[in-house]
Amino acid sequence: MTNPIVQIRGVSKAYKRDAMTVPVLNNITLDVPPGEFLGLMGPSGSGKTTLLNLIAGIDRPDAGSVSVAGTDVTTLSESQLAKWRATHIGFVFQFYNLIPVLTAYENVELPLLLAPLSKKQRKEHVETALALVGLSDRMHHSPRQLSGGEEQRVAIARAIATDPTILVADEPTGDLDRKSGDEILTLLERLNKEFKKTIVMVTHDPHAAERAHVVRHLDKGELQ
Amino acid sequence: MKILSIIFRNAFRHRLRTILTILGIATAVMAFGLLRTIVGAWNAGVAGSSANRMIVRHRVSFIFPLPTADRPEIAKVPGVTSVSWANWFGGVYGDPNDFKNFWPRFAVDPDTWFQMYPEFVVPPDQLAAFMKDRSGCIIGAKLAAQHGFKIGDVITLNGDIFPGSWQFTVRGIYHGKEPSTDETQMFLQWNYLYEQVTQREPGRSVGAGWYVLRVGNADDMPRVAGAVDDLYQNSQAPTKTESERAFQQGFVQMSSAIITSLQLISFIIIGIILLVLANTIVMAVRERTREYAVLKTIGFTGRHLAAFILGESLLIGLAGGLVGVLLTFPVVNGFSKAVPTMFPVIGVAPVTIALALATAALCSVAAAVAPTIRAVRLPIVNGLRTVG
Repeated sequence: MTNPIVQIRGVSKAYKRDAMTVPVLNNITLDVPPGEFLGLMGPSGSGKTTLLNLIAGIDRPDAGSVSVAGTDVTTLSESQLAKWRATHIGFVFQFYNLIPVLTAYENVELPLLLAPLSKKQRKEHVETALALVGLSDRMHHSPRQLSGGEEQRVAIARAIATDPTILVADEPTGDLDRKSGDEILTLLERLNKEFKKTIVMVTHDPHAAERAHVVRHLDKGELQ
Repeated sequence: MKILSIIFRNAFRHRLRTILTILGIATAVMAFGLLRTIVGAWNAGVAGSSANRMIVRHRVSFIFPLPTADRPEIAKVPGVTSVSWANWFGGVYGDPNDFKNFWPRFAVDPDTWFQMYPEFVVPPDQLAAFMKDRSGCIIGAKLAAQHGFKIGDVITLNGDIFPGSWQFTVRGIYHGKEPSTDETQMFLQWNYLYEQVTQREPGRSVGAGWYVLRVGNADDMPRVAGAVDDLYQNSQAPTKTESERAFQQGFVQMSSAIITSLQLISFIIIGIILLVLANTIVMAVRERTREYAVLKTIGFTGRHLAAFILGESLLIGLAGGLVGVLLTFPVVNGFSKAVPTMFPVIGVAPVTIALALATAALCSVAAAVAPTIRAVRLPIVNGLRTVG
C-alpha cells in the first residue's frame, strides 16, 4: 500500500475569543494518498478551512501531528515552515489574492523568486504554468484587467509554478459564476489526472465536490 | 522581476499619497537644512578666526574705548609680534529700514590692518590709493556687488556714534582669501576719524575700540593675555584679552538663545519627518496585511517582509531627503539675498547635506520598525482574514 502524502493524527485546534475558547477541530485523523483529489465539505464554522490551513503549514494544531510528504510540519520553526511551504505547497485562495501591482506573469513568478533558478529558468516555468491554465496571451495584464475566472487561473498558475507536492484550494470557486467555476474545477481535475497532483479542496458547493475522488464531511470539528 | 522592483511599485501604488509624503519630507528636510545652515552662518566668524590673533578690549565692554597710548606698551609684551587697532564706526547708509543698507564699518589703522588680516586681499595699487586718501575706504567685493559700488564712488553715511555727514571714496575692493572670509565689510582710516571728530566735536576723545595682536606662537596666548591684562589692571581702562576665536564666540553667545531655539526647531523637524513617513508606512502596511499573509503563505519569510517594508520606507524617505536637499540650495540663496549683510558668509555645507540625508534615512528606518514587527508577527491566518 502507498504511504499517504498527508497524514493527520489526533489533531485538535481551538481559537480563543476574549475569555472564551472555541473548539474548531476535535481529534482529527486523516490520510490522503498521493494523487488523491480530496474534497472537504461542511457547513460554515465546521473547521474545514482550519484543517486545510494545518495541512498547508500556515497554522499550528494545539494537539496531534500533521505530516506532509514525510515531514511533521508541527515541529518546524517559522522560517523552516516558510521554506517548506515554498517547496511543497501550492495554495489557491477563494479570493485569488493576486498582488495588484504585479502583472499575471510577475504574480506567477513570485514563488519562483524563492527558488534557486536563473531568470531564464523562471521564465520557462512561468510560461509553462500560464500556458497550462490557458492564459499565455494575458501574461502581461495586471489583475484588474482580468476577469474573476482569469484571476483564479493566474492564482492556480502561481500555485503550480514551483511544482509543489500538494495543491490546497480553499473554496476556489466560491467567488465565481457557474461557468468560470466549472472552468476552474476542470483545470484542477486536469492537474490531478494529467499531472498527478494531490489536491485537497475545501468547498461547500456540492457541484464542486462532485469533481473530487473522495469527499469527507466535517461537522462541528469532527470528520464524518 | 526583482525585490527592488516590487518595493518601487509598492511605494508608488498610491501615487498621490506617496508624492505628498515625499513633498512633506522634502519641506521638512529643506527647513532642517536651512536652519542648520543659519546656525553654521552664525558661527562663521568663529570658524574664520585666526589661530594666532588676539583681541584686547575694555573689560566692561568693547563699546568703551581704550587709550591709543596703550599700543606701544602692548607691542612690547613678549610673544606679541604686531599690533593693530580698530573702532566701530557705525553710521547709517540710505534708508535705515532697509536691512541691506546695514553692513559693518570699521575705522582701522591703515598701516597695519591689512597686514594683520591677510585674508582681506587688496590689489597693491588700490591699497596704495587708500593709504594716500585720508577719506578713502576699502570695501568687500560682496558689498560692492550688492550696492554696485565701484572704485571712485563716494559713499555718504550719516554718523550716529560720530554725528554728521561722512563721505568716503571707494579706493579699493578686497576679496576674501578663503570662502569663509566676510566680504561685506568697509574699512576707513582711523586717522581721518580722529581728525574729523577733533574738529567737529572739540574735547571728544577717540580711542581704539579694540586692539588686535598677532602672537608668534599660539601656545603663548594665555601668557600674553595675562601679561596685557596685568598691565592695565588698575588703570581707568582695564582690559580683557582673549583669542580672536573666543572673542567671536562671545558674539555668538549673545545670540545663544536664538541658536538654541533654531537647534531645537531642527530636532522638532526630525520628529515631523518621522511622523509624516511613519503615517504613510503604517497606512500602507495596514492596507497590505492580507498581501503580506499571502506572501508568507507562498514561502516568503519575515526577513523578506522586513526588506519590502524597510525598502519602501527608505525609498520614500530618501527621495524626500534628496528633494529637500536640492530645495535647500535655492532657499538658502534666496535667504542670503534677502538679508545679505546679516549672514555675510552663508552656504550649504557638505556636512549639512550629509546630516539631512542621514536624518531622512534614520527616520525611514525608525518609521518602518513598528509596521515591520506587526507584519512579521501577525499570524498568516489572521492576515488572510483581513479585509483591506
